[in-house]
Amino acid sequence: MSGSFLMGAVAYDPKVVTIWEGFRSWLTQEGLDFDFVLYSHYERQVEDLVEGRLDAAWNSPLAWVRAQRLAKASGTEVEALVMRDTDRDLRSVVVVRDDATFADVSELRGATVGTGAVDSPQATLLPISMLRGAGLDPNTDLTVRRFDLGVGLHGDHIGGERDAARALAAGEIDAACMVDANQLLFVREGTLRSGSTRILAATDPYDHCNMTVRAGDEEATRFGHLLKKMSFDDPEVRQLLELEGLRVWEDGRTSGYTALDRAVDEAGFYDEDGGVIAEHYRP
Amino acid sequence: MTVVPLDELGLEAGGHLLLAHAVRQLGPGDTITVLGDGLALRVHLQAWCREHGCQLVWDDAAPARVVLGPTVNAELRLAERAGGAANSAAVDRAPAHWGLAARGALIEPGAPPSDFDLDLRDEVWSEAAPRLYAQAAAAQWDPEAAVDWSASFALDTEVEDAVIQVMTYLVENEQAALTVPARFLGRIHPHYRETIQFLAIQAADEARHLEVFSRRANLSGRPLGVSGAGGRASLQTLLAEPDFTLAHFLLSVLGEGTFLNLLDFIEHHAPDPITARIAHLALSDERRHVAFGMAHLTHRVSTETGLRDRLATAIRSRHDALADTAGLNAGVYDALVVLAAGAWTPAAIGEGTRAVEQLQRDMDTGRQRRLRRLGFSDQEAAELSDLHTRNFM
Repeated sequence: MSGSFLMGAVAYDPKVVTIWEGFRSWLTQEGLDFDFVLYSHYERQVEDLVEGRLDAAWNSPLAWVRAQRLAKASGTEVEALVMRDTDRDLRSVVVVRDDATFADVSELRGATVGTGAVDSPQATLLPISMLRGAGLDPNTDLTVRRFDLGVGLHGDHIGGERDAARALAAGEIDAACMVDANQLLFVREGTLRSGSTRILAATDPYDHCNMTVRAGDEEATRFGHLLKKMSFDDPEVRQLLELEGLRVWEDGRTSGYTALDRAVDEAGFYDEDGGVIAEHYRP
Repeated sequence: MTVVPLDELGLEAGGHLLLAHAVRQLGPGDTITVLGDGLALRVHLQAWCREHGCQLVWDDAAPARVVLGPTVNAELRLAERAGGAANSAAVDRAPAHWGLAARGALIEPGAPPSDFDLDLRDEVWSEAAPRLYAQAAAAQWDPEAAVDWSASFALDTEVEDAVIQVMTYLVENEQAALTVPARFLGRIHPHYRETIQFLAIQAADEARHLEVFSRRANLSGRPLGVSGAGGRASLQTLLAEPDFTLAHFLLSVLGEGTFLNLLDFIEHHAPDPITARIAHLALSDERRHVAFGMAHLTHRVSTETGLRDRLATAIRSRHDALADTAGLNAGVYDALVVLAAGAWTPAAIGEGTRAVEQLQRDMDTGRQRRLRRLGFSDQEAAELSDLHTRNFM
């Protein structure tokens, strides 16, 4: 229906349908004529937002970086409307086997480092940027082995990080990059044996997804108010929040994307107008 | 100030248990100081805090501090107890949203409601259920070991055919006695666990009865007997009864009650040791089923005024529904006579006939006794017993 407030989300998992069907039903009850469309990858979603075919996009941090650049190039502006409490202050870690001799990241020179998919902020772009900052050129000082699963999903698919963890445990690589919570998960699920690995380095905290809207959209402001009204104490709502992995919708903030913006430039992933320039990136 | 010393224990190695335990004792705004060293602990604490709605104060010079957020322990604040664990603490009506949870469990909200429609305690309760379940669990017998299937005997062909006819009849009756509790099993709210346990073991009892009666029927390799239309029609009315109490009245109190006399008769008049043994084993189980039915009905008549009228109506309705059918087929009646005779001679057949006439009188006496125990007058008990199906079950 043309009058609906239309949000885009990427279908990285079948549960995405359940989540947004639930949100749609709740938002409709609250009086917002809300609908959503699902995308198979982030690039088309971001383009549709900036070109006005969507009112909001549930964006990965990388999609946010591109949305900003595309908007700026077209003389418009986007905003981070809201984000999950769990989108704030993530860290990526470089994990090595416990018996490895590396004492800090600079000693990884010459080592094979496993990363997530080419477009994963947390498991590729940000940790590689940290290694660059430590004086290691990923093209000449390291052998980077990418685990390209779910390319186009900006690292939402956990498979690449898990494969890197398995390769680390099997001795195929010297170090693996992943987000902090996944290292905990991989130990808990048995992919990494407890005590068999250690964290060699961690990035500074950064932010993850946000609900991106075009600046100055009043209906979007209302959408944001409704989301922030969702209470974890309401059993019906709580089920939706738990599925989407949050307890509270917080205001969007953009201070947590600086490191990724820099990493995107370093890696030559998008140009400054938001064009896709990364080699081997075919979402 | 709450302090959680983790020593060398990482969050990935079990430290999260100590942290979560401390959180459960506190509330929003409280602070926990976590003692432990290393980059990994800080990184993991931050991930843990994000997931649990807390804030980590990360100052390299001081111990890590976890500030509990407003949503912390929300699942505990909103949870409710599903009654008490003891059977005396079962609630009068079990809510649908408790679903499959154990009685006495702390119920986290948010799961879809269950659709167990028998959710009233009085509808399904029997004080005797735990005791009868325990007896049943202790008395389960193995059909292979409990019967000497290799026992040798020789029967006249006519007598063997009579035993087979009786077994054919018993199998379809046991099938009905299995189906009735099995159907209710999926309808009773799990809060009333003891009733479910009893019905489950009752169904398992009937499964063994099906096995031994089928096996005896097939022992000689001769073809099975007749399944009478009237008998099946009578059993069908048992399956059609949707009310738990009425179904147990018709099945356990009247049907299986009557079967106590029948199985006792078969045990004592059996022409071969295997038939006697399996009738004995089935009889010991059926006594429990009748005891459960009686205990439930006794509880119900004490709590629902007018229930006796409904029970009487159920007997009359069933009688009317079966008025045009033959009930017990003549073949089964005759087979009981020959089984009791044990030999194909006029004298033996005469004995068998007298024994079956006595059996019918014993069945009537037993039914009337149970009806009187439920509060029916002598006259009502006699009238209602007389209306009971001619198919016995």
